[in-house]
Amino acid sequence: MRYLPLTPSDREQMLAKVGVASIEDLFLDVPEIARLDGPIHDLPFAQGELAVERHMQRLSNASVAAGSVPFFCGAGAYRHAVPASVDHLIQRSEFLTTYTPYQPEMAQGTVQTLFEFQSQVAGLLACDVANASMYDGSTACAEAVVMAARVTKRTKVVFSGGLHPHYRRAARTLAKHSGLEIAGLPIAIQDEAAVLAAVDQNTACVVVQCPNVFGTLTDFTELAKAVQAKGALLIAVFTEAVAFGLITPPGEMGADIVAGEGQSIGNALNFGGPYVGLFATKDKYVRQMPGRLAGETVDADGTRGFVLTLSTREQHIRRDKATSNICTNSGLCALAFTIHMTLLGDKGLKHLAQLNHEAACETADAVSSIEGVELLSDSFFNEFAVRLPVNAAKAVEAMAAQNVLGGVPYSRLRQEAGFENVLLIAATETTTAEDIACLADTLKKVI
Amino acid sequence: MSRRHAEEGDLVMAMNNVGRPTAAIANNGAAPTTFSGARGLLQPTSLIFETGSIDRTGVDLPPVKGVKTRLGGLARKSSTGNPGLSEPEAVRHYVRLSQRNYAIDLGMFPLGSCTMKHNARLNEKMARLPGFADVHPLQPVSTVQGALGVMDQLSHWLITLTGMKAVALSPKAGAHGELCGMLAIRAALDAQGQTHRRRVLVPESAHGTNPATAVQCGFIVDEIKAAPDGRVDLSDLKTKLGEDVAGIMLTNPNTCGLFERDIREIADLIHAAGGYFYCDGANFNAIAGRVRPGDLGVDAMHINLHKTFSTPHGGGGPGSGPTVLSDALAPFAPVPYVVTRADGSLDLVEHEADSDGEPFGRMVAFHGQMGMYTRALTYMLSHGADGIKQASEDAVLNANYVQACLKEHMSPAFDGVCMHEALFDDSWLEGTGVTTLDFAKAMIDEGYHPMTMYFPLVVHGAMLIEPTESESKASLDAFIASMTGLAKAAKAGDTTRFTGAPYHAPVKRLDETRAARKPVLKWAPPVEASKIAAE
Repeated sequence: MRYLPLTPSDREQMLAKVGVASIEDLFLDVPEIARLDGPIHDLPFAQGELAVERHMQRLSNASVAAGSVPFFCGAGAYRHAVPASVDHLIQRSEFLTTYTPYQPEMAQGTVQTLFEFQSQVAGLLACDVANASMYDGSTACAEAVVMAARVTKRTKVVFSGGLHPHYRRAARTLAKHSGLEIAGLPIAIQDEAAVLAAVDQNTACVVVQCPNVFGTLTDFTELAKAVQAKGALLIAVFTEAVAFGLITPPGEMGADIVAGEGQSIGNALNFGGPYVGLFATKDKYVRQMPGRLAGETVDADGTRGFVLTLSTREQHIRRDKATSNICTNSGLCALAFTIHMTLLGDKGLKHLAQLNHEAACETADAVSSIEGVELLSDSFFNEFAVRLPVNAAKAVEAMAAQNVLGGVPYSRLRQEAGFENVLLIAATETTTAEDIACLADTLKKVI
Repeated sequence: MSRRHAEEGDLVMAMNNVGRPTAAIANNGAAPTTFSGARGLLQPTSLIFETGSIDRTGVDLPPVKGVKTRLGGLARKSSTGNPGLSEPEAVRHYVRLSQRNYAIDLGMFPLGSCTMKHNARLNEKMARLPGFADVHPLQPVSTVQGALGVMDQLSHWLITLTGMKAVALSPKAGAHGELCGMLAIRAALDAQGQTHRRRVLVPESAHGTNPATAVQCGFIVDEIKAAPDGRVDLSDLKTKLGEDVAGIMLTNPNTCGLFERDIREIADLIHAAGGYFYCDGANFNAIAGRVRPGDLGVDAMHINLHKTFSTPHGGGGPGSGPTVLSDALAPFAPVPYVVTRADGSLDLVEHEADSDGEPFGRMVAFHGQMGMYTRALTYMLSHGADGIKQASEDAVLNANYVQACLKEHMSPAFDGVCMHEALFDDSWLEGTGVTTLDFAKAMIDEGYHPMTMYFPLVVHGAMLIEPTESESKASLDAFIASMTGLAKAAKAGDTTRFTGAPYHAPVKRLDETRAARKPVLKWAPPVEASKIAAE
């Protein structure tokens, strides 16, 4: 077995040193009834690289890669061009095969990149402080909700109808077991008035999204003030981080907590994971934050260095009184994010965001000029919603049969009466003019 | 001009040392500080905010066309403040930083409870195949049959290796898997109307994630004592059973590196009391392929793919925590999950009858950590049932060998053989003036990542060593020699070797207290920083 260095004679010598006759003697604490007498049945035996690669390649071939067809899916995961150096650098052994930086003197590479990541995320979102990442946007959103309840000591949560349905459900799962009462508003493309109306003296937070799941952009500045005047927090969620190269960031709108998905910078689609949750807040709430934080310090010689800090919030110190149970987060995806962001810089990010917006504008024009297709989003970044004259899921299937991945039917996220014909369409810098023409042609044919 | 080969005597390179002295003249003083800040191969580093520039970029993009925007008045006016670097600058920045990290690829990483084993590069290659990496989670299922195939095959391996009924793949890491298992337990109890069962028993030796998870699920935590042999104190457990007990969270092998001998009895007791048995699978590497948790009475167990199945830790994630469930809990699994249709094709169940997701619902957007599934499946196919069993045996043998060789110099926390990790306490350091922390920092100078320290909490000054099956005997012998040398030095009164350590790392010992007292959590321009200090 190519991964196991011990030879049979090594094993014999080592067993002798331990003072036992056989390997079985090391497993005597296992109840006899549970001791297996050989390898587990129904599973194959070891195989060489060639055979394994063949097996996996066959599976890979059985999927349609996004890059091989005109591709317009978004709804929380976006296909962007990631510079080759990003994937090369994250595969450096010293980054890839190291652990959480519990011994900072031999992990300055990891802790400094996390510090830079936090700084970049805070700048991107215009927030005081960002943590070292969460699992993904949906779990970041869930953690934001329970954090708001801790901060306000209130127990009601209001979800906007424009929130990504998966985020809503993931947050609901965590919140309901924390004893929180959920007020989920009806699905709507815009609902600030309803959100504000739902806030009462027991409301811990409202959860809104911009750009929201329909792609619509909303200025939450006034809503944030009004919500805060009632003693609740405004949580701003996002699923497309590139947007903040072009649109007003949630921190500038006065959001108390910002939680969203960082996948679209540095990370591949990966069929849904691993991704990287971004989490930011105001300085005054930092001790209520979940997750790891990298901070600056000095070493014994006074030289600058970085460590994980404020860990008295965390499970390995506080156990049942921790702010969250999170331990492992998304270190390597955060590294990919920070490298891509460093390559882009403010200038490159703004440029990239403009290209995305232009691609979406052109796609929206092409699609909404088809008879019977109604554009539902007045404003948007790189994704918008249309209402088709037919069932959107069926239209998407029919387009897929013609090798066009034409978007995500809203019903895929949530089955809701009145939204069966709604299709979410995303375009990025990877979208070509030919792709757009092909989408329009194919959509015309299938509706 | 034509090229010619160098002939003997040509001064083609400055390598002709003939007649010149090459030995350094002995210098008894300290090494001089360099003008560049480098120390030979160790290059100086700075922050991107110090070297980058706001108008520089390392990505070439096509020109924008000037299409009229539709941003609804929300155009961003501010700068993100994030500097850019050209590609050569960026590559150098990150390569220099990488060289300040230790890694399993550099040497032994015996961090107990973390299972730092070799990360096979075939796994990386397979995870990047376009049919897995370049697939959107919401593509029509007809276009993702290969990706679903990975999930289906991985599920088969996990269910078969654990002898359980079902698996929920979507949890994003170990702690998230704990949450999954405990929420399934809560859903099952709620479905039976047992809403009064809110007390969860957790041994005091448990990982911090266990009590934190229980609380996140709305349970209250009741600690069970450890017996003198490092295992659950059965009599204490019995006194804590009752009408309000929801279940137990037990790590097995436990965090002391010991197999819970009474595990079947514990399972029977908890079941008889009406509760469920959650097993923390962080230490599955000790028994994978040799023992099936389903045969031990377990109801739910998360599996850290980033430990047992070797998906890289990446400096703190991403992890992946699929959670296997017993017959009793299988109906309470979260969405999504993969099913096989009558025609043999695969489908995803993403919705439940109630669109808000009773009784459990959804833990996460999309389907979990696909990139980790492909790596773990590649690991499993490479090892096979025989290789996985052999790996567990070697992991246990390596730990016992380390324990046997070090017990003359250090004090094992418990008598007898261990499983995949060897636990020592600090009683052998008594009177030396050296603490577990100091000893760990001296290991850095020896070129080893320290073992886990001060955990588990039930052992004073704990040192938890997990070598894994990836170490050769020669590698273990070198480690043992180094540890033995350090132990002797500590006992011989060579305390400065420890209290000032590390001496040979890129930085000296870092002041963690200062970092927490005055948190600096992001970069600020120097002017602003001095202003903050003045306030």
